[in-house]
Amino acid sequence: MSVDTAVLKGRKVVGGVVEGEALVTRQTISGWGGINPTLGTITETRHELRGVSFKDKILVFPGAKGSSGWSAMFHMTRLSGTAPKALLFTEMTTKVALGAVVMRVPSMTDFDRNPLDLIETGDWVKVDADRGIVEVRMIAPRSAALRTGS
Amino acid sequence: MLDGKDGKARQKAMELLVRYGEALGAERLVATDNIAGVPGSSNPFLAKYYHQHGGGNHDAIFSLFDLDSDEIVEVPKASAHTCHLQGGYDPDNWQLLGASPEGFKISQESEAYIAGRGVQILKTCTPYLAGNVPKKGDHCAWMESSAVVYCNSVIGARTNTEGRESTSAAMLTGKIPDWGFHLDENRLGSHLIEVDFEIESVMDWGMLGYFCGEVVGEKIPVLNGKFKADLIRHKHFGAAAASSGGVEMYHIAGVTPEAPSVEAAFGGRKPLEVIKYGLAEKRRTYDNLNSRAKDTDVDYVMLGCPHYSLEQIQGAVELLEGKKVNANTQLWVFTSRAVKAVADAQGLSKRLRDSGAVLVTDTCSSIAQAVPPGTKVAALDSAKQTHYLPAIMNIQAWFGTTQDCINAAVTGRWNGVRP
Repeated sequence: MSVDTAVLKGRKVVGGVVEGEALVTRQTISGWGGINPTLGTITETRHELRGVSFKDKILVFPGAKGSSGWSAMFHMTRLSGTAPKALLFTEMTTKVALGAVVMRVPSMTDFDRNPLDLIETGDWVKVDADRGIVEVRMIAPRSAALRTGS
Repeated sequence: MLDGKDGKARQKAMELLVRYGEALGAERLVATDNIAGVPGSSNPFLAKYYHQHGGGNHDAIFSLFDLDSDEIVEVPKASAHTCHLQGGYDPDNWQLLGASPEGFKISQESEAYIAGRGVQILKTCTPYLAGNVPKKGDHCAWMESSAVVYCNSVIGARTNTEGRESTSAAMLTGKIPDWGFHLDENRLGSHLIEVDFEIESVMDWGMLGYFCGEVVGEKIPVLNGKFKADLIRHKHFGAAAASSGGVEMYHIAGVTPEAPSVEAAFGGRKPLEVIKYGLAEKRRTYDNLNSRAKDTDVDYVMLGCPHYSLEQIQGAVELLEGKKVNANTQLWVFTSRAVKAVADAQGLSKRLRDSGAVLVTDTCSSIAQAVPPGTKVAALDSAKQTHYLPAIMNIQAWFGTTQDCINAAVTGRWNGVRP
Protein backbone atom coordinates (compact mmCIF):
# COMPACT_ATOMS: atom_id res chain seq x y z
CA MET A 1 0.00 0.00 0.00
CA SER A 2 1.40 3.36 -1.00
CA VAL A 3 1.51 6.24 1.45
CA ASP A 4 0.63 9.76 0.37
CA THR A 5 3.39 12.24 1.02
CA ALA A 6 3.77 15.97 0.52
CA VAL A 7 6.43 18.62 1.05
CA LEU A 8 5.91 22.21 2.18
CA LYS A 9 8.46 24.99 2.14
CA GLY A 10 8.47 27.79 4.66
CA ARG A 11 10.53 30.14 6.78
CA LYS A 12 12.47 29.17 9.87
CA VAL A 13 11.22 30.81 13.07
CA VAL A 14 13.26 28.64 15.44
CA GLY A 15 15.79 26.19 14.02
CA GLY A 16 16.07 22.43 14.52
CA VAL A 17 14.95 19.12 13.09
CA VAL A 18 12.28 16.91 14.62
CA GLU A 19 9.57 14.47 13.60
CA GLY A 20 6.33 13.36 15.16
CA GLU A 21 2.57 13.12 14.97
CA ALA A 22 0.55 16.17 13.89
CA LEU A 23 -2.13 17.83 16.02
CA VAL A 24 -4.07 20.24 13.82
CA THR A 25 -6.55 22.98 14.71
CA ARG A 26 -8.01 25.79 12.61
CA GLN A 27 -8.59 27.83 15.78
CA THR A 28 -6.02 30.15 17.30
CA ILE A 29 -4.78 29.21 20.78
CA SER A 30 -4.77 31.29 23.97
CA GLY A 31 -1.82 30.91 26.34
CA TRP A 32 -2.87 32.47 29.64
CA GLY A 33 -6.40 31.29 30.39
CA GLY A 34 -6.29 28.84 27.47
CA ILE A 35 -3.90 26.04 28.40
CA ASN A 36 -2.80 24.06 31.43
CA PRO A 37 1.02 24.06 31.20
CA THR A 38 1.48 21.37 33.84
CA LEU A 39 -0.68 18.90 31.89
CA GLY A 40 0.04 20.23 28.40
CA THR A 41 -3.65 20.49 27.52
CA ILE A 42 -5.95 23.04 25.92
CA THR A 43 -8.45 24.35 28.48
CA GLU A 44 -10.30 27.18 26.70
CA THR A 45 -14.05 26.63 27.15
CA ARG A 46 -15.18 26.79 23.53
CA HIS A 47 -11.98 25.48 21.84
CA GLU A 48 -12.33 22.49 19.50
CA LEU A 49 -9.27 20.92 21.17
CA ARG A 50 -10.50 21.42 24.74
CA GLY A 51 -9.03 18.69 26.94
CA VAL A 52 -6.61 17.52 24.21
CA SER A 53 -2.87 17.25 24.97
CA PHE A 54 -0.29 18.88 22.70
CA LYS A 55 2.65 17.26 24.51
CA ASP A 56 5.24 15.91 22.02
CA LYS A 57 2.97 16.74 19.05
CA ILE A 58 3.75 18.72 15.91
CA LEU A 59 1.26 21.51 16.61
CA VAL A 60 -0.26 22.90 13.39
CA PHE A 61 -2.42 25.97 14.07
CA PRO A 62 -3.15 29.50 12.81
CA GLY A 63 -1.32 31.21 15.67
CA ALA A 64 -1.69 32.84 19.07
CA LYS A 65 -4.45 34.94 20.55
CA GLY A 66 -5.36 36.50 23.86
CA SER A 67 -3.28 37.67 26.77
CA SER A 68 0.33 38.81 26.66
CA GLY A 69 1.06 35.94 29.05
CA TRP A 70 1.24 33.59 26.00
CA SER A 71 5.01 33.12 25.98
CA ALA A 72 5.29 32.65 29.75
CA MET A 73 2.57 29.97 29.76
CA PHE A 74 4.17 28.03 26.89
CA HIS A 75 7.59 28.60 28.48
CA MET A 76 6.23 26.71 31.49
CA THR A 77 5.26 23.78 29.24
CA ARG A 78 8.95 23.37 28.47
CA LEU A 79 9.77 23.32 32.19
CA SER A 80 6.96 20.82 32.80
CA GLY A 81 8.01 18.56 29.92
CA THR A 82 4.67 19.04 28.19
CA ALA A 83 5.71 21.27 25.26
CA PRO A 84 4.85 20.40 21.66
CA LYS A 85 7.74 19.02 19.55
CA ALA A 86 7.36 21.70 16.88
CA LEU A 87 5.12 24.61 15.86
CA LEU A 88 3.82 25.16 12.33
CA PHE A 89 1.64 28.26 12.10
CA THR A 90 0.28 30.71 9.53
CA GLU A 91 -0.16 34.07 11.33
CA MET A 92 2.96 35.68 12.77
CA THR A 93 2.47 37.64 16.00
CA THR A 94 4.82 38.73 18.77
CA LYS A 95 3.08 36.26 21.10
CA VAL A 96 3.73 33.14 19.03
CA ALA A 97 7.25 34.26 18.00
CA LEU A 98 8.39 34.80 21.58
CA GLY A 99 6.60 31.64 22.74
CA ALA A 100 8.37 29.55 20.09
CA VAL A 101 11.74 31.06 21.03
CA VAL A 102 11.45 30.31 24.77
CA MET A 103 9.92 26.87 24.16
CA ARG A 104 12.99 26.17 22.04
CA VAL A 105 11.15 23.93 19.60
CA PRO A 106 11.67 23.93 15.81
CA SER A 107 9.10 26.36 14.39
CA MET A 108 8.13 27.55 10.92
CA THR A 109 5.75 29.95 9.18
CA ASP A 110 5.29 31.72 5.77
CA PHE A 111 4.58 28.47 3.90
CA ASP A 112 4.26 28.11 0.14
CA ARG A 113 0.81 26.65 0.80
CA ASN A 114 -1.48 26.43 3.77
CA PRO A 115 -0.45 23.64 6.17
CA LEU A 116 -3.95 23.79 7.68
CA ASP A 117 -5.38 22.60 4.33
CA LEU A 118 -2.82 19.87 3.89
CA ILE A 119 -1.96 18.35 7.25
CA GLU A 120 -4.45 16.40 9.35
CA THR A 121 -4.26 15.25 12.94
CA GLY A 122 -2.41 11.93 13.07
CA ASP A 123 -0.22 12.56 10.01
CA TRP A 124 3.49 11.87 10.52
CA VAL A 125 5.40 15.13 10.03
CA LYS A 126 9.11 15.79 9.72
CA VAL A 127 10.10 19.40 10.37
CA ASP A 128 13.50 20.61 9.18
CA ALA A 129 13.31 24.25 10.22
CA ASP A 130 16.97 24.85 9.39
CA ARG A 131 16.35 24.04 5.72
CA GLY A 132 12.78 25.37 5.75
CA ILE A 133 11.20 22.06 4.74
CA VAL A 134 8.26 20.09 6.15
CA GLU A 135 7.61 16.53 4.96
CA VAL A 136 4.17 15.06 5.58
CA ARG A 137 3.26 11.35 5.51
CA MET A 138 -0.50 11.21 5.43
CA ILE A 139 -2.51 8.62 7.29
CA ALA A 140 -5.45 9.00 4.91
CA PRO A 141 -5.31 9.71 1.17
CA ARG A 142 -5.80 13.34 0.07
CA SER A 143 -6.76 14.66 -3.32
CA ALA A 144 -3.98 15.06 -5.89
CA ALA A 145 -4.46 18.84 -5.81
CA LEU A 146 -3.61 18.96 -2.11
CA ARG A 147 -0.53 16.75 -2.51
CA THR A 148 0.97 18.76 -5.31
CA GLY A 149 -0.42 22.12 -4.33
CA SER A 150 -1.67 22.68 -7.88
CA MET B 1 26.14 44.28 24.30
CA LEU B 2 26.20 40.92 22.49
CA ASP B 3 29.95 40.63 23.02
CA GLY B 4 29.57 40.79 26.80
CA LYS B 5 31.33 44.13 27.30
CA ASP B 6 28.29 45.45 29.17
CA GLY B 7 28.17 42.44 31.43
CA LYS B 8 26.85 38.92 31.29
CA ALA B 9 23.21 39.75 32.03
CA ARG B 10 22.97 42.32 29.23
CA GLN B 11 24.67 39.85 26.89
CA LYS B 12 22.08 37.19 27.71
CA ALA B 13 19.25 39.71 27.32
CA MET B 14 20.59 40.76 23.92
CA GLU B 15 20.96 37.14 22.80
CA LEU B 16 17.28 36.56 23.60
CA LEU B 17 16.22 39.71 21.73
CA VAL B 18 18.22 38.63 18.67
CA ARG B 19 16.58 35.17 18.70
CA TYR B 20 13.17 36.82 19.10
CA GLY B 21 13.85 39.40 16.38
CA GLU B 22 14.95 36.66 13.96
CA ALA B 23 11.85 34.63 14.77
CA LEU B 24 9.68 37.63 13.90
CA GLY B 25 11.65 38.40 10.77
CA ALA B 26 12.55 41.86 12.14
CA GLU B 27 15.41 43.66 10.42
CA ARG B 28 16.72 45.50 13.48
CA LEU B 29 16.11 46.42 17.08
CA VAL B 30 14.78 49.84 18.09
CA ALA B 31 15.68 51.83 21.21
CA THR B 32 13.03 51.99 23.93
CA ASP B 33 12.94 53.79 27.25
CA ASN B 34 9.48 52.75 28.41
CA ILE B 35 8.93 49.17 29.45
CA ALA B 36 5.93 47.64 31.21
CA GLY B 37 6.27 44.00 32.17
CA VAL B 38 6.38 41.57 35.06
CA PRO B 39 10.16 41.21 35.51
CA GLY B 40 11.35 38.65 38.01
CA SER B 41 7.85 37.95 39.21
CA SER B 42 7.76 34.66 41.09
CA ASN B 43 4.97 32.28 42.02
CA PRO B 44 4.87 28.90 43.78
CA PHE B 45 5.36 27.02 40.44
CA LEU B 46 8.49 28.93 39.42
CA ALA B 47 9.89 29.08 42.95
CA LYS B 48 9.57 25.31 43.34
CA TYR B 49 10.88 24.53 39.85
CA TYR B 50 13.99 26.70 40.12
CA HIS B 51 14.60 25.55 43.65
CA GLN B 52 14.97 22.05 42.19
CA HIS B 53 16.78 23.19 39.01
CA GLY B 54 19.37 25.86 39.52
CA GLY B 55 19.39 27.15 43.05
CA GLY B 56 16.10 28.98 43.37
CA ASN B 57 17.20 32.52 44.17
CA HIS B 58 15.79 35.51 42.33
CA ASP B 59 18.77 35.87 39.99
CA ALA B 60 18.13 32.25 38.95
CA ILE B 61 14.50 32.92 38.05
CA PHE B 62 15.41 36.12 36.20
CA SER B 63 18.27 34.45 34.32
CA LEU B 64 16.73 31.11 33.48
CA PHE B 65 13.10 32.17 32.97
CA ASP B 66 12.96 35.90 32.14
CA LEU B 67 16.10 35.85 29.97
CA ASP B 68 15.78 32.18 28.92
CA SER B 69 19.50 31.83 29.65
CA ASP B 70 21.21 28.52 30.39
CA GLU B 71 23.41 30.06 33.02
CA ILE B 72 22.64 32.12 36.08
CA VAL B 73 23.87 35.69 35.82
CA GLU B 74 23.93 38.52 38.31
CA VAL B 75 21.08 40.85 37.35
CA PRO B 76 21.99 44.55 37.32
CA LYS B 77 19.72 47.58 37.60
CA ALA B 78 17.34 48.37 34.77
CA SER B 79 18.93 50.50 32.08
CA ALA B 80 15.59 51.75 30.70
CA HIS B 81 12.52 53.08 32.54
CA THR B 82 10.57 50.00 33.56
CA CYS B 83 7.37 49.49 35.53
CA HIS B 84 5.83 46.35 36.93
CA LEU B 85 2.28 45.62 35.79
CA GLN B 86 -0.40 43.86 37.84
CA GLY B 87 0.40 40.97 40.12
CA GLY B 88 -1.58 38.40 42.04
CA TYR B 89 -1.57 39.67 45.62
CA ASP B 90 -2.92 42.80 47.32
CA PRO B 91 -0.54 43.39 50.26
CA ASP B 92 -3.50 44.51 52.42
CA ASN B 93 -6.22 42.12 51.28
CA TRP B 94 -4.45 38.92 50.17
CA GLN B 95 -6.17 36.90 52.87
CA LEU B 96 -9.60 38.18 51.81
CA LEU B 97 -8.73 36.98 48.29
CA GLY B 98 -7.90 33.53 49.65
CA ALA B 99 -4.18 33.57 48.79
CA SER B 100 -1.80 31.18 50.54
CA PRO B 101 0.75 32.66 52.97
CA GLU B 102 3.49 30.90 50.94
CA GLY B 103 2.35 32.47 47.68
CA PHE B 104 2.12 35.92 49.26
CA LYS B 105 5.60 35.60 50.78
CA ILE B 106 7.13 34.56 47.44
CA SER B 107 5.40 37.49 45.74
CA GLN B 108 6.65 39.98 48.36
CA GLU B 109 10.22 38.72 48.02
CA SER B 110 10.27 38.96 44.25
CA GLU B 111 8.76 42.45 44.49
CA ALA B 112 11.55 43.61 46.79
CA TYR B 113 14.14 42.05 44.48
CA ILE B 114 12.89 43.79 41.37
CA ALA B 115 12.29 47.12 43.16
CA GLY B 116 15.97 46.90 44.08
CA ARG B 117 16.73 46.84 40.35
CA GLY B 118 15.04 50.18 39.82
CA VAL B 119 11.70 48.87 38.57
CA GLN B 120 8.66 50.99 39.48
CA ILE B 121 6.22 48.80 41.39
CA LEU B 122 3.02 50.18 39.87
CA LYS B 123 1.24 46.80 40.12
CA THR B 124 -1.54 47.72 37.75
CA CYS B 125 -2.93 46.92 34.31
CA THR B 126 -3.39 50.71 33.86
CA PRO B 127 0.13 52.15 34.10
CA TYR B 128 -1.16 55.20 32.22
CA LEU B 129 -3.36 56.01 35.28
CA ALA B 130 -0.57 55.46 37.76
CA GLY B 131 2.33 57.57 36.53
CA ASN B 132 3.58 56.00 33.30
CA VAL B 133 2.28 58.03 30.36
CA PRO B 134 4.47 57.88 27.24
CA LYS B 135 4.21 60.61 24.64
CA LYS B 136 3.16 60.30 21.00
CA GLY B 137 5.70 58.46 18.88
CA ASP B 138 7.62 56.91 21.80
CA HIS B 139 8.77 53.35 21.19
CA CYS B 140 7.58 51.25 24.13
CA ALA B 141 7.72 47.59 25.12
CA TRP B 142 4.52 46.84 27.01
CA MET B 143 2.70 43.72 28.07
CA GLU B 144 -1.00 43.65 29.06
CA SER B 145 -3.31 43.75 26.06
CA SER B 146 -5.59 46.50 27.44
CA ALA B 147 -2.58 48.75 28.13
CA VAL B 148 -1.03 47.99 24.72
CA VAL B 149 -4.16 49.02 22.84
CA TYR B 150 -4.44 52.20 24.93
CA CYS B 151 -0.77 53.04 24.34
CA ASN B 152 -1.01 52.67 20.55
CA SER B 153 -4.48 54.09 19.98
CA VAL B 154 -5.11 56.83 22.52
CA ILE B 155 -1.57 58.02 23.22
CA GLY B 156 -0.07 57.34 19.79
CA ALA B 157 3.02 55.72 21.29
CA ARG B 158 4.24 52.49 19.69
CA THR B 159 4.27 49.02 21.15
CA ASN B 160 3.57 45.44 20.20
CA THR B 161 2.01 43.07 22.69
CA GLU B 162 5.23 42.01 24.32
CA GLY B 163 5.70 39.08 26.68
CA ARG B 164 7.44 38.57 29.98
CA GLU B 165 10.77 37.49 28.50
CA SER B 166 10.98 40.25 25.88
CA THR B 167 10.11 43.02 28.38
CA SER B 168 12.63 41.72 30.91
CA ALA B 169 15.31 41.64 28.19
CA ALA B 170 14.31 45.17 27.12
CA MET B 171 14.63 46.34 30.72
CA LEU B 172 18.35 45.47 30.67
CA THR B 173 19.13 46.59 27.12
CA GLY B 174 16.72 49.39 26.18
CA LYS B 175 16.01 47.54 22.91
CA ILE B 176 13.06 45.69 21.34
CA PRO B 177 12.53 44.27 17.83
CA ASP B 178 11.59 46.98 15.30
CA TRP B 179 8.57 45.14 13.97
CA GLY B 180 4.77 45.43 13.83
CA PHE B 181 3.38 48.57 15.47
CA HIS B 182 6.79 50.27 15.62
CA LEU B 183 6.55 50.77 11.85
CA ASP B 184 4.28 53.40 10.23
CA GLU B 185 2.84 51.09 7.57
CA ASN B 186 1.48 48.64 10.15
CA ARG B 187 -0.49 51.30 12.04
CA LEU B 188 -3.06 52.07 9.35
CA GLY B 189 -6.70 51.04 9.66
CA SER B 190 -8.09 47.90 8.02
CA HIS B 191 -11.85 47.83 8.73
CA LEU B 192 -14.30 50.74 8.81
CA ILE B 193 -16.91 50.55 11.55
CA GLU B 194 -19.84 52.90 10.87
CA VAL B 195 -21.71 53.77 14.05
CA ASP B 196 -25.00 55.54 13.44
CA PHE B 197 -26.10 56.36 16.99
CA GLU B 198 -24.50 57.92 20.01
CA ILE B 199 -22.27 55.73 22.15
CA GLU B 200 -22.63 57.16 25.62
CA SER B 201 -22.10 55.03 28.74
CA VAL B 202 -19.05 53.01 29.71
CA MET B 203 -21.21 49.94 29.09
CA ASP B 204 -21.99 51.14 25.56
CA TRP B 205 -18.28 51.61 24.89
CA GLY B 206 -17.50 48.17 26.28
CA MET B 207 -20.08 46.56 23.99
CA LEU B 208 -18.83 48.46 20.95
CA GLY B 209 -15.27 47.31 21.76
CA TYR B 210 -16.38 43.73 22.22
CA PHE B 211 -18.20 43.87 18.86
CA CYS B 212 -15.15 45.35 17.11
CA GLY B 213 -12.83 42.63 18.42
CA GLU B 214 -15.24 39.94 17.25
CA VAL B 215 -15.52 41.32 13.71
CA VAL B 216 -11.92 42.42 13.05
CA GLY B 217 -9.94 39.86 15.07
CA GLU B 218 -6.31 40.99 15.08
CA LYS B 219 -6.84 43.85 12.62
CA ILE B 220 -7.21 47.62 13.09
CA PRO B 221 -10.76 49.05 13.24
CA VAL B 222 -11.49 52.65 12.31
CA LEU B 223 -14.62 54.04 13.98
CA ASN B 224 -16.67 56.66 12.24
CA GLY B 225 -19.56 58.42 13.95
CA LYS B 226 -20.32 61.03 16.57
CA PHE B 227 -18.23 60.28 19.62
CA LYS B 228 -17.44 61.91 22.91
CA ALA B 229 -15.08 59.48 24.55
CA ASP B 230 -13.14 60.25 27.70
CA LEU B 231 -10.17 58.28 29.03
CA ILE B 232 -12.41 55.84 30.91
CA ARG B 233 -14.46 55.01 27.83
CA HIS B 234 -11.32 54.43 25.76
CA LYS B 235 -10.01 52.16 28.52
CA HIS B 236 -13.14 49.98 28.49
CA PHE B 237 -13.46 50.00 24.70
CA GLY B 238 -9.86 48.92 24.09
CA ALA B 239 -9.85 46.27 26.82
CA ALA B 240 -13.00 44.73 25.35
CA ALA B 241 -11.69 44.78 21.76
CA ALA B 242 -8.42 43.21 22.89
CA SER B 243 -10.22 40.34 24.62
CA SER B 244 -12.95 39.34 22.14
CA GLY B 245 -10.40 39.71 19.35
CA GLY B 246 -6.74 40.64 19.34
CA VAL B 247 -7.09 44.36 18.68
CA GLU B 248 -3.83 46.15 19.51
CA MET B 249 -4.70 49.44 17.83
CA TYR B 250 -7.80 51.32 16.73
CA HIS B 251 -8.60 54.71 15.29
CA ILE B 252 -11.55 57.01 15.90
CA ALA B 253 -11.82 59.54 13.10
CA GLY B 254 -11.38 63.05 14.43
CA VAL B 255 -10.52 61.79 17.94
CA THR B 256 -7.43 59.58 18.20
CA PRO B 257 -4.02 61.09 17.39
CA GLU B 258 -3.26 59.22 14.16
CA ALA B 259 -6.73 59.65 12.68
CA PRO B 260 -7.47 63.29 11.84
CA SER B 261 -9.95 61.86 9.30
CA VAL B 262 -11.23 58.49 8.10
CA GLU B 263 -9.05 58.79 5.00
CA ALA B 264 -5.93 59.52 7.07
CA ALA B 265 -6.62 56.53 9.31
CA PHE B 266 -6.55 54.26 6.26
CA GLY B 267 -3.53 56.02 4.75
CA GLY B 268 -5.44 56.49 1.50
CA ARG B 269 -6.16 52.77 1.12
CA LYS B 270 -9.66 51.35 0.91
CA PRO B 271 -11.10 49.53 3.93
CA LEU B 272 -11.02 45.73 3.67
CA GLU B 273 -14.60 45.79 4.86
CA VAL B 274 -17.22 48.33 5.96
CA ILE B 275 -19.23 47.13 8.95
CA LYS B 276 -22.29 48.77 10.49
CA TYR B 277 -22.84 48.89 14.24
CA GLY B 278 -26.51 49.56 14.91
CA LEU B 279 -29.09 48.57 17.49
CA ALA B 280 -29.25 44.96 16.25
CA GLU B 281 -25.47 44.55 16.58
CA LYS B 282 -25.56 46.18 20.02
CA ARG B 283 -28.27 43.78 21.21
CA ARG B 284 -26.44 40.77 19.79
CA THR B 285 -23.28 41.84 21.64
CA TYR B 286 -25.24 42.27 24.89
CA ASP B 287 -26.73 38.79 24.47
CA ASN B 288 -23.30 37.25 23.77
CA LEU B 289 -21.84 38.84 26.88
CA ASN B 290 -24.77 37.70 29.03
CA SER B 291 -25.03 34.22 27.49
CA ARG B 292 -23.66 32.50 30.56
CA ALA B 293 -25.95 34.18 33.09
CA LYS B 294 -29.39 32.95 34.16
CA ASP B 295 -29.79 33.13 37.96
CA THR B 296 -30.66 36.61 39.20
CA ASP B 297 -29.41 36.18 42.78
CA VAL B 298 -26.00 37.87 42.70
CA ASP B 299 -23.27 36.72 45.11
CA TYR B 300 -20.46 38.96 43.97
CA VAL B 301 -20.06 42.30 42.26
CA MET B 302 -16.64 43.14 40.84
CA LEU B 303 -15.71 46.59 39.55
CA GLY B 304 -12.32 47.68 38.30
CA CYS B 305 -11.38 45.90 35.07
CA PRO B 306 -9.24 47.50 33.84
CA HIS B 307 -8.29 49.02 37.20
CA TYR B 308 -10.65 51.80 38.21
CA SER B 309 -9.58 55.43 37.95
CA LEU B 310 -10.10 57.89 40.77
CA GLU B 311 -13.25 59.30 39.18
CA GLN B 312 -14.69 55.81 38.72
CA ILE B 313 -14.13 55.11 42.43
CA GLN B 314 -15.77 58.45 43.21
CA GLY B 315 -18.68 57.45 40.95
CA ALA B 316 -19.13 54.12 42.74
CA VAL B 317 -19.04 55.87 46.14
CA GLU B 318 -21.74 58.30 45.02
CA LEU B 319 -23.95 55.50 43.67
CA LEU B 320 -23.59 53.76 47.05
CA GLU B 321 -24.31 56.91 49.06
CA GLY B 322 -26.63 56.14 51.98
CA LYS B 323 -26.83 52.46 51.00
CA LYS B 324 -25.27 49.22 52.22
CA VAL B 325 -23.99 46.21 50.33
CA ASN B 326 -26.47 43.35 50.74
CA ALA B 327 -25.71 40.72 53.40
CA ASN B 328 -25.68 38.00 50.72
CA THR B 329 -23.46 39.89 48.29
CA GLN B 330 -19.90 41.16 48.25
CA LEU B 331 -18.58 44.16 46.36
CA TRP B 332 -14.86 44.37 45.52
CA VAL B 333 -13.45 47.33 43.63
CA PHE B 334 -10.00 46.92 42.03
CA THR B 335 -7.48 49.69 41.37
CA SER B 336 -3.77 50.51 41.46
CA ARG B 337 -1.80 51.37 44.60
CA ALA B 338 -1.25 54.91 43.34
CA VAL B 339 -4.96 55.57 42.81
CA LYS B 340 -5.82 53.93 46.12
CA ALA B 341 -3.42 56.23 47.94
CA VAL B 342 -5.37 59.22 46.64
CA ALA B 343 -8.70 57.50 47.33
CA ASP B 344 -7.52 56.99 50.92
CA ALA B 345 -6.52 60.64 51.23
CA GLN B 346 -9.88 61.79 49.88
CA GLY B 347 -11.84 59.56 52.24
CA LEU B 348 -13.25 57.50 49.35
CA SER B 349 -11.80 54.22 50.59
CA LYS B 350 -13.44 54.74 53.98
CA ARG B 351 -16.79 55.59 52.40
CA LEU B 352 -16.59 52.38 50.35
CA ARG B 353 -15.76 50.44 53.50
CA ASP B 354 -18.63 52.07 55.39
CA SER B 355 -20.97 50.82 52.67
CA GLY B 356 -19.59 47.31 53.03
CA ALA B 357 -17.40 47.32 49.89
CA VAL B 358 -13.65 46.67 49.72
CA LEU B 359 -11.08 48.57 47.67
CA VAL B 360 -8.45 46.08 46.44
CA THR B 361 -5.15 46.74 44.65
CA ASP B 362 -2.60 44.95 42.46
CA THR B 363 -4.78 42.30 40.87
CA CYS B 364 -8.30 41.29 39.79
CA SER B 365 -10.55 38.28 40.18
CA SER B 366 -9.34 36.68 36.92
CA ILE B 367 -5.61 37.18 37.60
CA ALA B 368 -5.78 36.15 41.26
CA GLN B 369 -8.44 33.52 40.49
CA ALA B 370 -10.26 34.88 43.50
CA VAL B 371 -13.97 35.39 44.06
CA PRO B 372 -15.78 35.31 47.45
CA PRO B 373 -16.23 31.70 48.64
CA GLY B 374 -19.37 30.09 47.30
CA THR B 375 -19.83 32.56 44.43
CA LYS B 376 -22.11 31.17 41.74
CA VAL B 377 -23.21 34.42 40.09
CA ALA B 378 -21.21 37.61 39.56
CA ALA B 379 -22.14 41.02 38.17
CA LEU B 380 -19.61 43.03 36.18
CA ASP B 381 -19.40 46.37 34.36
CA SER B 382 -16.43 45.25 32.24
CA ALA B 383 -16.84 43.38 28.96
CA LYS B 384 -13.25 42.13 29.30
CA GLN B 385 -13.80 40.65 32.75
CA THR B 386 -17.09 39.14 31.53
CA HIS B 387 -15.12 37.47 28.73
CA TYR B 388 -12.62 35.84 31.10
CA LEU B 389 -14.08 35.38 34.60
CA PRO B 390 -16.90 32.86 33.97
CA ALA B 391 -14.49 30.53 32.13
CA ILE B 392 -11.70 30.88 34.69
CA MET B 393 -13.85 30.48 37.81
CA ASN B 394 -16.68 28.40 36.31
CA ILE B 395 -19.38 30.85 37.42
CA GLN B 396 -22.19 32.83 35.80
CA ALA B 397 -21.67 36.51 35.11
CA TRP B 398 -24.02 39.37 34.27
CA PHE B 399 -22.75 42.33 32.31
CA GLY B 400 -24.32 45.77 32.63
CA THR B 401 -23.84 49.39 33.66
CA THR B 402 -21.98 50.41 36.79
CA GLN B 403 -25.40 51.47 38.15
CA ASP B 404 -26.78 47.96 37.42
CA CYS B 405 -23.84 46.48 39.31
CA ILE B 406 -24.21 48.75 42.32
CA ASN B 407 -27.95 47.98 42.39
CA ALA B 408 -27.11 44.27 42.40
CA ALA B 409 -24.65 44.78 45.24
CA VAL B 410 -27.29 46.60 47.31
CA THR B 411 -30.32 44.40 46.55
CA GLY B 412 -28.55 41.10 45.94
CA ARG B 413 -30.44 40.76 42.66
CA TRP B 414 -29.66 41.44 39.02
CA ASN B 415 -32.02 43.94 37.46
CA GLY B 416 -30.08 45.00 34.38
CA VAL B 417 -32.07 45.90 31.29
CA ARG B 418 -31.35 44.65 27.78
CA PRO B 419 -30.77 47.68 25.55
